[in-house]
Amino acid sequence: MVGAARNLAETPSFLPDRGIGPNAARCDYSFVTGTTRETALLSRQHWIPRAHALGRSLLLAPVVVTLTSCKQGVLDPQGPIGAAERLILLDATAIMLAVVIPVIVSTLVIAWWFRAGNRHARYRPDWEYSGRIEMIVWSIPMLVILFLGGIAWESSHTLDPPKPLASSVAPLEIQVVSLDWQWLFIYPAQGLASVNRIVAPVGTPIHFRLTSATVMNSFFVPQLGSQIYTMPGMTTQLHLQADRQGTYQGISAQFSGEGFSDMNFEFIAVTEDKFDRWVAEAKGQGGELDEAAFVELARPAQATGPSTFAEVSHGLFEHVASGHISADRHPQSSH
Amino acid sequence: MLGKLNWSAIPFDQPIVMIASGTVGAIIFLILALVTFKGWWPYLWREWITSVDHKRIGVMYMILALVMLVRGFSDAMMMRSQLALAAGGAAGYLPPEHYNQIFSAHGTIMIFFVAMPFVAGLMNFAVPLQLGVRDVAFPVLNSLSFWLTAAGVLLVNLSLVVGEFSRTGWLAYPPLSEIAFSPGVGVDYYLWSLQISGVGSLLSGINLTTTILKLRAPGMGYRRMPVFCWTALASNLLIVAAFPVLTATFAMLLLDRYCDFHFFTTELGGNAMMYINLIWLWGHPEVYILILPAFGVFSEVVATFSGKPLFGYRSMVMATMVICVLSFMVWLHHFFTMGAGANVNGFFGIMTMIIAVPTGVKIFNWLFTLYGGRIRFSVPLYWALGFMVTFVIGGMTGVLMAIPPADFVVHNSLFLIAHFHNTVIGGVVFGVMAGYTYWFPKAFGFKLNERIGKAIFWCWFLGFYGAFMPLYALGLMGATRRMQHYSNLDWQPFMLAALGGACLILLGIVLTVVQLVVSIRARHRNRVGADPWNGRTLEWSIPSPPPAWNFARLPVVVGTDAFWAMKQSPAGSGPGGEGAPLEALHLPRGNPTGVFTAFFAVITGFALIWHIWWMAALGLLGVLVVGLRQAWRTDSEVTVLVEEIVAFERRHAKQGVPA
Repeated sequence: MVGAARNLAETPSFLPDRGIGPNAARCDYSFVTGTTRETALLSRQHWIPRAHALGRSLLLAPVVVTLTSCKQGVLDPQGPIGAAERLILLDATAIMLAVVIPVIVSTLVIAWWFRAGNRHARYRPDWEYSGRIEMIVWSIPMLVILFLGGIAWESSHTLDPPKPLASSVAPLEIQVVSLDWQWLFIYPAQGLASVNRIVAPVGTPIHFRLTSATVMNSFFVPQLGSQIYTMPGMTTQLHLQADRQGTYQGISAQFSGEGFSDMNFEFIAVTEDKFDRWVAEAKGQGGELDEAAFVELARPAQATGPSTFAEVSHGLFEHVASGHISADRHPQSSH
Repeated sequence: MLGKLNWSAIPFDQPIVMIASGTVGAIIFLILALVTFKGWWPYLWREWITSVDHKRIGVMYMILALVMLVRGFSDAMMMRSQLALAAGGAAGYLPPEHYNQIFSAHGTIMIFFVAMPFVAGLMNFAVPLQLGVRDVAFPVLNSLSFWLTAAGVLLVNLSLVVGEFSRTGWLAYPPLSEIAFSPGVGVDYYLWSLQISGVGSLLSGINLTTTILKLRAPGMGYRRMPVFCWTALASNLLIVAAFPVLTATFAMLLLDRYCDFHFFTTELGGNAMMYINLIWLWGHPEVYILILPAFGVFSEVVATFSGKPLFGYRSMVMATMVICVLSFMVWLHHFFTMGAGANVNGFFGIMTMIIAVPTGVKIFNWLFTLYGGRIRFSVPLYWALGFMVTFVIGGMTGVLMAIPPADFVVHNSLFLIAHFHNTVIGGVVFGVMAGYTYWFPKAFGFKLNERIGKAIFWCWFLGFYGAFMPLYALGLMGATRRMQHYSNLDWQPFMLAALGGACLILLGIVLTVVQLVVSIRARHRNRVGADPWNGRTLEWSIPSPPPAWNFARLPVVVGTDAFWAMKQSPAGSGPGGEGAPLEALHLPRGNPTGVFTAFFAVITGFALIWHIWWMAALGLLGVLVVGLRQAWRTDSEVTVLVEEIVAFERRHAKQGVPA
């Protein structure tokens, strides 16, 4: 059955110009040299107070290193959700660093100044209480938390995964099923299915409905933002959008057993034209994903490449999500 | 006859496992041979194995934790080296079925059999001394708690040689941990060893809670209790409230696996979400069970080495109890990505952040304790300062992940791994090391080598940053946890840096052993008196090491920092209550109930893991018989005569070692 599906492991013709191949996770250093739009985007973050510049560069080392060393991951978002989440990450970090850095510095300075050998330091052996200071030490973290709590409450509503994206474009429906250890993506409107690869038009919101035909997994494309669990017998929802053409790595972010490390997929964002061509291509070849084909596909398999099915039997996703089709635990025959 | 057990259970085909277990077996054999050859068994049996003295039990907890730290850290080194190698198509040297066992064992061991016994050891040793009492409320139960923990340790280590360990991560999420997906004995080893040691933890929690609530020196009201005792109280209240949840959750998973129940399966109405809620309802308080006593240690250390009382005692106590209560209201932040909805996520996000308030208050109060002090830069203070600097970073990344949408992109990533190691190493490990160095002279009468102690600190401190800062970066780059290999070659330099940091920590652990050996060899030169650090609490008022009865006369407490107040008073540095006449003391007699029960618990656990039902019945019968024997015991106390106490005090006074 799987043999009937056309293997698309080679980079197909419709890939975008900027796209990078499935195994070529490359750094793009143009970002550092500073002419691209991303730099402008980053420089908007530069409102962080200058006084903390040194400490920030020390403490944000992981952030800075990541930004400058590799254009990948959650700090290089390619869609509105990812961008909003990166902004929250950076904002919240900056707000907290405004307290954390002074605390670190004053810990070291106070400890050094009041060392036993320092004759200039005034020893106050009985100083143990000051109502005024107590009030301040309770107030500072409270104020920070009041601020961040507002961000948390507000953003968990605006960025709630089931919340549709505001857009004039009608969303693309994709149904996701995690298998041992592959990803199945069903396009109900197009009536096709794709394994281990999502192709989607840029600028179009995507509405994912997700479930699992095996154990729990987590569907995650770091550069697009929000991950969400896929759980057997349950359906979760997620809305994402890619704003730029490219190939983005997708992973399972929830350990799911032996083949977990290879449970990757590609998210390929293309123009509307190329998407239509891909749909036509996929519809032209490959077999039908009916219940029997699904059971065969759902057997444990590792590091399989991408493939497509030209047809999908009606209501397959709902059958899987409601637990009416159970996967066979015996591994796929070699192919 | 032997259930599922046969020769194929022993992994003869895996050289790493066979060499490791062969080496460990040889070391154990050599130690046992030495003990036998030297004729130390009667002494060990009488003074340690059957001891119900809280100080001895505390020391045994610490030894157990140190040994298991070596085991858990070997797992860490294997993981780090595997990931340093397995980049861009390379498979590394650990296949998934082995690697998955290693990270599961690493987490399980480090939390349950390193951090828990370390913290339990410190509390057992120091709490009764600080309270000014002669033992915990239930000394025999205390011994039982320790030996049940040791039983869990034995089972976990047995899985290395006989069978396999769980491959499902340290919390064994179903449905992966259900029989359909994990048919082997690994998950059963995990469940039974934690069930047995979990009972031990619960009993220990009941014991210490009772001790703190009911047994305190005359005059020590709640408002005069040392902060370490307060944090110990909070921690043990959490144990009492949280561990039954763990036991019940595991019991349901066991019923699923053994009796075809469907609590958490994918079919017949089972729901794995329930397990994940329940396990974190235990799991998040567990974090505070570990960190609160560490906070207590830092409070003692910062005050002592600054030569000042703790700043804002009432604030500290309040912050501790606020954390204690709030820790039960945040569990859902471990799975914001489950799709619970905006209101639920928002609520738990805010609750999580609120915990940062009392924690922040604590940091500020330590800061103001340092302020105006006369600070002696001794090893415990190094750990405390290293903690303050490191922990705020871990706290910051924690609050960051409490914002649900931020968590959506770093959940389950190496960023999360870096965050919780940031708090567990920077908080719990640093706290335990501070407490170990601080109370060691009290336990043994000599100090640990100071220079090596500082070297150990720097190894852990710098090693931590080397090992985990790259993981923060990797997490932001999209690297998820528990992967056995990865294709992105850009990640490899970060993985290599993390390996370097881990090697530095390894050096710190090796030096800890070296320090112990060097200090024991030089013990005669490093003898100390009762009060080597110019301490403030009651444990420093009695000889080092303390006699079995701790306090010949119960001290009379007149304020916080009871011993400091006594030293300031004109009467001098006596433990108080001098006027009272000495009386003969009745101490609990050494009791083998704990070790025998644990022995039968191991047999029962092993039998259940391998489905050897007759042996399980036999083991349970053994537990029952030992219990009955304990219930009908007649001679449970030894009497210490006044002459013995006087003789001890005279001997101690004659030694008169200067502080």
